[in-house]
Amino acid sequence: MKLLLIAEYRDGQLLAGWSELLAFSREMGGESVFFLVGSEEHLPTCDEKLYLADSSACGEYNPDLHKKLIVDIVNKEQPDMVVFSHSSYGWDLAPRVAFALGASQVSEVVDVSDGVPVIPVCNSKLRREVKIKTDQAVVTLQAGAFGLQEEPSGTPTVEKISVDAAGRTTFTGYEQAESGGVDLAKASVIVSAGRGIGKPENVEMIAGLARALGGEYGASRPVVDSEWVEHNRQVGTTGQTVAPKLYVACGISGAIQHLAGMKKSEFIVAVNTDKDAPVGEVADVLVVADLKQFVPVLTEKIESL
Amino acid sequence: MKILVCIKQVPDMESKFKVDDSGTWYDRADLAWRMNEYDEYAVEQAVQLKEQVGDSDLTVLCIGGDQVKETMKKALAMGCDRGAHILDDEVSTKEPYQIASIIAEYAQDKSFDLIFTGMQSQDRGSGQVGILVAEFLGLPSVSTIVDFVYEDGKIDVKRELEGGVKACVGLSAPALLTCQLGLNTPRYPTLPNIMKAKKKELLSIPVEDLLKVEARQETARVYFPEKKGGGLVLEGEVDQLADQLIQILKEKTGVFA
Repeated sequence: MKLLLIAEYRDGQLLAGWSELLAFSREMGGESVFFLVGSEEHLPTCDEKLYLADSSACGEYNPDLHKKLIVDIVNKEQPDMVVFSHSSYGWDLAPRVAFALGASQVSEVVDVSDGVPVIPVCNSKLRREVKIKTDQAVVTLQAGAFGLQEEPSGTPTVEKISVDAAGRTTFTGYEQAESGGVDLAKASVIVSAGRGIGKPENVEMIAGLARALGGEYGASRPVVDSEWVEHNRQVGTTGQTVAPKLYVACGISGAIQHLAGMKKSEFIVAVNTDKDAPVGEVADVLVVADLKQFVPVLTEKIESL
Repeated sequence: MKILVCIKQVPDMESKFKVDDSGTWYDRADLAWRMNEYDEYAVEQAVQLKEQVGDSDLTVLCIGGDQVKETMKKALAMGCDRGAHILDDEVSTKEPYQIASIIAEYAQDKSFDLIFTGMQSQDRGSGQVGILVAEFLGLPSVSTIVDFVYEDGKIDVKRELEGGVKACVGLSAPALLTCQLGLNTPRYPTLPNIMKAKKKELLSIPVEDLLKVEARQETARVYFPEKKGGGLVLEGEVDQLADQLIQILKEKTGVFA
């Protein structure tokens, strides 16, 4: 099996997900080739062949242009599978490439069972195995689902490709996340509030538990979208990725995007009334309780220790 | 201006799911149904655009059995002008490529200036349908938008990337945009608008008239994921639970050190 692995580069940086593509390729027992729109100064450390389009000629992400470059490489290399990270780059580009190739696409692969990709559905409450009926396939991989035992090393064999296409959309700049405020990445304890907190007044209860534990409070996306908590406290793929010693998820069911942002925490406690909530998949301890009753009692007991 | 917004009816994600008899999808019985959350933002953006440009016609499209008309009525009550219901009792067996082809076949001769969809559905979550519709129709598209500005055929959007970063992107109509949570604040339909919606056109079209492509994938199996090994579940009185948890945290973490 031959795989074309699509690495990502943004704003002068090679993004970390490339090694997960390689891990997936090794799991599939495949021969792999990389593709990157990037720079020679920042290449994946691997021994694979790498097709490189110069980002200074391409500019930042342009779907029409990147699709054409990848389709050209596919025509040359004839891979069985084109593999993306399930990132803002991958989920945008993969369907375009799949359409151009007449290939089937499977999004957000978390596992492979007897060669069949497995994906989460219904907010990760169920798993689905997808049988591909086309000769070529395009897949995107959930962040963190595939990992290597050791960091790969080596220098890829680079083949440069030229760029002569234009796109129908124009990139005009990046808007960075609001700066200042809290850096959750540095907190050793994070207590996060999910939709289950019910109303904005209950944020203080979560913040109180965080203070008692000597940590910071965070939130899942719905709480931030409701403007109950500011964006710089959002944990998840579109917020911050965190790995504290202790993560307490209060009233968070466990949407995939949230789990991806916190599952590397050393010890995870979930407080939820639903015993079957997907957060139970990653939790070391699931406390089945109404957080509005449980959290104040827990906070008081910790404060009196 | 002609605008299309595509929506999907999905189960409430807090539901207790069961695998159906075929073992390839969830059982539809006893579920509460609602509009896919991402699509609510798409409908709201489409309605806001209609209000902005004045002279316009906004169609809401949904594929499914007669049951999905309830969700379509909500979109009509939010401000869509008409409904195109693609009648398909077997919609759950269709894969993203087929769904996109059905929408594109409906849209291809109607010259929509803008098409809005959610960035993904809450149940399948493939995130493919919107972009594939654009590919079928040969339209430029931007996914995961969290900001939208339209003026004289020019569109400026912000795409959500990782870590709170946004990419600013410009393009021209006709185009397709897939909508992310937080793009706007979806309105609640008012009672007068709910009443008005009952009189709006809601035409059903048999899916057989629009489906022209074969499936490229099929579901082999659906099942519940295994829980993390060793994960402890604590149940009981809150006072006792708090003591138990503190004990565990003392033993397993250094947070009280």
